[in-house]
Formats: sequence, structure tokens, C-alpha cells
Amino acid sequence: MKTVNQRAWFFVAPVLLLVAFNALIPMMTVVNYSVQETFGDNLFFWQGVDWFEKLLNSDRFHAALGRQFLFTGIILAIEVPLGVIIALAMPRKGFWVPVCLVTMALPMLIPWNVVGAMWNIFTLPDIGLLGYFMNHTLGLNYNMTQDPLAAWITIIVMDVWHWTSLVVLLSYAGLVSIPDAYYQAAKIDGASSWSVFRYIQLPKMKQVLTIAILLRFMDSFNIYTEPFVLTGGGPGNSTTLLSIDLVKIALGQFDLGPAAAMSLIYFAITLLASWLFYTLMTRNDAR
Amino acid sequence: MQKRSIIPILYILFLLLPIYWLVAMSFKTTGEILSGFSLFPQTWTFDNYRVIFTDPTWYWGYINSIIYVSLNTVISVVVALPAAYAFSRYNFLGGKQLFFWLLTNRMAPAAVFALPFFQLYSAVGLFDTHLAVALAHCLFNIPLAVWILEGFMSGVPKELDETAYVDGYSFPRFFISIFLPAISSGVGVAAFFCFMFSWVELLLAKTLTAVAAKPIAATMTKTASSAGYELGLLAAAGTLTIIPGAIVIYFVRNYIARGFALGRV
Repeated sequence: MKTVNQRAWFFVAPVLLLVAFNALIPMMTVVNYSVQETFGDNLFFWQGVDWFEKLLNSDRFHAALGRQFLFTGIILAIEVPLGVIIALAMPRKGFWVPVCLVTMALPMLIPWNVVGAMWNIFTLPDIGLLGYFMNHTLGLNYNMTQDPLAAWITIIVMDVWHWTSLVVLLSYAGLVSIPDAYYQAAKIDGASSWSVFRYIQLPKMKQVLTIAILLRFMDSFNIYTEPFVLTGGGPGNSTTLLSIDLVKIALGQFDLGPAAAMSLIYFAITLLASWLFYTLMTRNDAR
Repeated sequence: MQKRSIIPILYILFLLLPIYWLVAMSFKTTGEILSGFSLFPQTWTFDNYRVIFTDPTWYWGYINSIIYVSLNTVISVVVALPAAYAFSRYNFLGGKQLFFWLLTNRMAPAAVFALPFFQLYSAVGLFDTHLAVALAHCLFNIPLAVWILEGFMSGVPKELDETAYVDGYSFPRFFISIFLPAISSGVGVAAFFCFMFSWVELLLAKTLTAVAAKPIAATMTKTASSAGYELGLLAAAGTLTIIPGAIVIYFVRNYIARGFALGRV
């Protein structure tokens, strides 16, 4: 058991100081803006909870939030099963294991705006590999700067490209921790490959999959740079996700009050997800 | 070769295609890119790379990025080490709440913090310095490092600490000469993840810099919009940003999953 020691606070003090500087001061600024109205020149007027009321009743916010949940839902529905299937099919030992691990992790190490730029170059209608293939080989009319559906498909494929490996790596780590004896026992019992998956592999992957799903939920909920570079939120507003809309309001229109109110609601959703994550994680630790 | 190997092979092909296209583009001349489609560069050119390595606005972008990323990695790991030790070994008042609060910062959307960060760092006179970006990235990298290190440290039995104290080791000496070597892979993984998330983040890095500390990613966005349509140059710059990640990942290949699981696999 851990010993009780209040002097542990000295050990965490530097972390506390640095993170508090970065988290609490900006957060108080946001709270401050969210209840005031400004016309520039550093003149502020008390506004109360008006911004929150307006925001929660605004179609624009509902639309952005809806798009955000749709995006997160779709990428989770694709990336999690796909990641598990790939992890199951990966070799367990030998020369190809490190090759697979390193190439699969590669997309996650590319700066996010480069990911956007790369997919932009990849999908240009007449010059890009994918764009050329779709338009000239398959004869489809693919242009993501004009067609909202094409833009949506492109940002989803881009996110699958970028982050499925996270699910693969975590599931794979769960799979390799299963001792060979389990499989031998299943073989003796004549278990089908489905029951091996259902009763041996899936339970072992449960913890890592929880982590993968929650990380993907939160990171996709916060996504900004990649879709911003790729589509700029367009065509029209069709791919304007929550973060993109927030930056548009705050830095584009300089409407600090509404942007701050939106930030707080946004933050509340992430906080709820973090709490879920923490509870599930510490419950797993305890077992 | 088993039949099911086809799935990882197809997946890796899918991952490499856009990367191949970026690299192929970087060796083409602007004329060739705009004149039409070609699967391989017809006339190989290194001009795009020559521009990057000779033009200070380009290569300083890389140097700036590497400076603030290294600075951030060092700060994050150094302050996270004692904190992670405290979380893994001691119960203290508010410790659990603090551990959770740290995690919420890892999950916070960067877009929420962009404007307040700009005002905060301008107010303290750090705007457009490498230190500003390095400190700002601590927001999500310190929590990450603490969680990863705590996971690794909890895997080391407590008896190690107790034996060392019985043998007359002082705490600093025990920590540096016995404990650190025991969790060296954890320190490596934590450093790698700090490096990675600081390297790929752009929104805050761009908001906090103007000229002197501008990251390579911001130089790229500016080129993409202002200098017409120099796709070859953009592709070459993009290719060069992949290389540092590709090098460091080799060293932690067996621990990547453990890092993403925040030290808990």
C-alpha cells in the first residue's frame, strides 16, 4: 500500500506551478470574457449569462456541435473495428513486427498541418494521385472544394489514415500479452476462432480498447488543424467542426464574449469525457 | 506467408500512398506538377530542397521548431519525474484530485486556449520567443509525462526503495543512481511522447510566435497561401518534417503502445 506523506506536495509543486500558469490564468480570462460585452478600446460591460443563453439557442452552434458529434461518431465506428481487425491479423513475432509497428506509427508523427497539406496535394482533382484516380480512372466527379459529401468523405478518410494506427498499436499490445497456453487450451477444447476472439482475445483487449476509444473520442472532438488546412471548413460551412467555428468567432470576428461562452461549454464536454476516462482507468488499475 | 497477412499489407500500403505522393511531388519541378499527372517524377530536381537549405526563412523554421521542442521535452520530463514519483509512492491530501486535474489539461481543446495564451504571453513579455512555445506546450505535455512515468514507476516494486534506504542511500542518490536506471525505458517513452506532441502541434505554436521563433509549420502555411502555388516546395518542406519523427520512433518501437496507454498496458 502507498504510505501517507504530505510532503509529497513538494514533489508535485513544480508541475502544479507550470500547469496552473498555463491552465488557470487563461481559463479565468475565458470566464471573464464570457460574461462581458466589449466594443474594443478595453471597455467592457457586464453581460451576465446572456452569451450562454444566446449560444445554446443559436442554430450555428447546434449545427457545429451536430457536425462534431457526427464526425466523431463516424470515425469511431470505422477506426475501432478496423484497428482490431488489423491488430488480429498482424504477425506476433519475427522480423516483420518492428517493420509493421514503425510504419504504422509514422502517420501519427507528422505535424498536423503537414497531414492536411499532404492530403490536399493527394486529392487535387487533376494533379493529385487520389484525385486523378477518382476523376480519370474511375470517371467519378470528385472535387472536395465544391462537393460537401466529397469533403466529408475526404476528412474522414484522412482521420482514418492518421489515427487508426493508435487503435492497432493498443489492441496489439493487449493481444501479445496473452500467454500461448490460453490458445493451446482453446485448441484442445476445439474452440472456434470466433469463440477464441470472444472469450480470450476480447477480454484481454478490453482495457486497452477503453483507452483507445476515449482517446480517439477526445482527440477527434478537439480536432482543428487537419480539417482546417484541408478544407478550411468548407465548402460553405459543411465541414466547420466545433474548433474551427470557435477560432472563426474568436480570432476571425473577434467576438470575444460568444467565443468564450462557447469555449466553456466545449470545455465542459471534454471535462465530462475526461472524468469518464479517469474513472474507467483507475477502476482497471484497482483490479 | 499466411493468408491473413494481406490485411496488414493492404493497410500499410494505404498509409504509405499519401506519403509517397508527397515525396514524389517534392522531386518534381513546378512546371511538371502543373502541366499534368505523372506517377513518377519525369525530370528529377533537387531545387525544392536547395531552396529550403539556402533560404534562412525556411531553414530557421526547422531550427526554431527543434529548439522549442527540445526545450519543452527537457522541462516536461524534469518536472514530471519527482511528481510522478510522488503519485506512484505516496498518498497525500488532494493527490487523486490533482492527478485527475492534470489529465483534464491533456484533453483540453487547444482552440479554447489560443486567444488567452496570446494575451498571457504578451503580458509577461515572452511573446515570439522559443520559451513561450515550450512553456505553452507544457500544458498538455507535463500531464502526459506525469501519467506515463507514473505508470512505469508503479511497475517498480516498492521494496527497491526500502532496501536502498536501509542500505543508507539518501533520497537524491537513490533516485539518480538506482531508481532512474530502473525506469529508463519509461523516461525514454515520456521524452518521445513530449517530443512528438510538441512537434506535431501547430495552433498554439503559431499563435505565440511572429518572426523570431516561427515554427516550420507556420512558414509552410504562409507559403501555401502567399507565394502562389509552389506545391513542390511545400511538398519538400513537408517531407523534411517527417524525418525527425521517423528517426526517433525506431528507438521506442516496442513501447509506443504503452506510451499511448499512458503507461498502463
